[in-house]
Amino acid sequence: MAEIRNYTLNFGPQHPSAHGVLRLVLELDGEIVERADPHIGLLHRGTEKLAETKPFNQSIGYMDRLDYVSPMCSEQAYVLLIEKMLGIEAPIRAQYIRVMFAELTRILNHLLWIGAHAMDIGAMTMFFYSFREREDILDCYEAVSGARLHATYFRPGGVYRDLPQRMAQYKKSKWHNQREVNKWNENRQGTLLDFIEDFTNRFPRYVDEYETLLTENRIWKQRTVGIGVVSPERALQLGFTGAMLRGSGVEWDLRKKQPYDVYDQMKFEVPVGVNGDTYDRYIVRVEEMRQANVIVKQCVDWLKKNPGPVMVDDHKVAPPKRSEMKGDMESLIHHFKLFTEGYCIPEGEAYQAVEHPKGEFGLYMISDGANKPYRLKIRAPGFAHLYATDEMSRGHMLADVVSIIGTQDVVFGEIDR
Amino acid sequence: MSQTLVDNLKKRFASLLTGCELRYGDEVTIEVSSENIREVCLALRDEPQFEFKQLIDLCGVDYLTYGDTEWATESASSSGFSRGRVKGKDPRHAWQKERFAVVYHLISYSKNERVRIRSFVAEDFPVIASVMDIWQVADWFEREAFDLYGIIFEGHPDLRRILTDYGFIGHPLRKDFPLTGEVEMRYDEEKTRVVYEPVSIDLRVLVPKVIRDDNRYLERATEEESNG
Repeated sequence: MAEIRNYTLNFGPQHPSAHGVLRLVLELDGEIVERADPHIGLLHRGTEKLAETKPFNQSIGYMDRLDYVSPMCSEQAYVLLIEKMLGIEAPIRAQYIRVMFAELTRILNHLLWIGAHAMDIGAMTMFFYSFREREDILDCYEAVSGARLHATYFRPGGVYRDLPQRMAQYKKSKWHNQREVNKWNENRQGTLLDFIEDFTNRFPRYVDEYETLLTENRIWKQRTVGIGVVSPERALQLGFTGAMLRGSGVEWDLRKKQPYDVYDQMKFEVPVGVNGDTYDRYIVRVEEMRQANVIVKQCVDWLKKNPGPVMVDDHKVAPPKRSEMKGDMESLIHHFKLFTEGYCIPEGEAYQAVEHPKGEFGLYMISDGANKPYRLKIRAPGFAHLYATDEMSRGHMLADVVSIIGTQDVVFGEIDR
Repeated sequence: MSQTLVDNLKKRFASLLTGCELRYGDEVTIEVSSENIREVCLALRDEPQFEFKQLIDLCGVDYLTYGDTEWATESASSSGFSRGRVKGKDPRHAWQKERFAVVYHLISYSKNERVRIRSFVAEDFPVIASVMDIWQVADWFEREAFDLYGIIFEGHPDLRRILTDYGFIGHPLRKDFPLTGEVEMRYDEEKTRVVYEPVSIDLRVLVPKVIRDDNRYLERATEEESNG
């Protein structure tokens, strides 16, 4: 009989289903995974070190670049942390805007996740479907901040500016005639809020489309049911948070249990899985999209009725209006000091967590009273989830590793920091 | 709610705690010496009054330059602050304790509470016991703290670097490690391989670090104190 031995396979960092730059060293016995050792850090940019050398506001942009699939949620954690340490609170309208965009971001994140996850397993159509809807949300990002991905829209004390009164429209070109362009511009005639409202009305039907493609699909079920099962006890040991924890049957959502901004005003349900396998986590995330849509709708209704300020009126933290600066010496000084030196945060340390689409995103900051953080630790949910790859994939086939990485919803921007 | 947690912690651990603090309404921090860390962690996880079943985060901290400023502000003359950059220590914020600390963030799902544990380790021999067998997720967090700060976790089975490059030298998040790094990398046409060289760029300070104690903060601090 021939000698049988395990062999080691290097998976990634250039593999299309390695979701970026994951290098996975797999020890295989035939097609069965014996051990998986993820090598991370290929996208390490030293965000924590960089933040230590910059005034607080200049690091907001770095938060976008952590999890580049859901930028505004990480921003929210950062601005909430600074507000907590400064002892200020954003105006109520700004809080509603933040919640609305955080939930749009959740949809944005889950759309990319469902598209990429399904494509890894072999369902090409999902990717096209989900990118169609992502386009609309990215247009909303662009309308408020001018950038489609790295918005830098939230600020300590509120948001950068109020929602715009009009949406950008398509123009006629030599490839697209007026009739086509008019059709695309139909829901862009009103304000941004009208556009988002139209989106929330359309979105549940789109989710139905995804479910038609996947939920009862035989191949999808064969690839996900019973794959990567994690019991609730193990989920706690492995540091799971967010949809990964809820998929294992632990009912926990920071938006409900430790609400921030105006989540305590929102009515929504928290889906919880039963079996803790990849299929349950899929069901949980799909339902989260529907619930996020419900929250967005509530925010739109409130925002349409209640105008008001979107930034605190404290010029030690927020810059004064440009028109004030032209005539008022004190405003000019405030503006100058804010942008050359920034504000100082009183000595202390704090931790702020938000329910990021991927799990609990936490920021721990130590301040020594200066205009820069002394230490900023970023707790990325994906870091703990990716650690579980070894335990989740042991005993599974090589092809299931792809399904497990997909269900973890990993993004290397946040894991490697 | 957080106050009862503080009382419980004080009652249960008494002499094991070297500090216990409640701030921002719900942030509880306890300080434990590094010899007792495992005992405290096990009790926090298993005893029914705590049930901190999950380790949310573990990280290292380097207090080497705590309270250092690049622009002195404590004395304003009649002509205002000095424009030149002065490196100095702000005596009001000077650090008195050990250089390195390991900070644990725990969460209890049944009690809906969080607690932070801080434990100092010596500068010349930064060693602390691993908590990997208490919460398994500590594995990677401890590797990260080892990689970035050089803190050694005793009992960790596989303490390798995790975020930095293969063969990296130094611990990049230590305060005496320059922001630009020590070496830069490029592809050498003649040697037809990647070579490492000392960095060619200078470290610049774009915005000097200043510490200001504004009156509004002082007011808030005294308010908090008077509220308990």
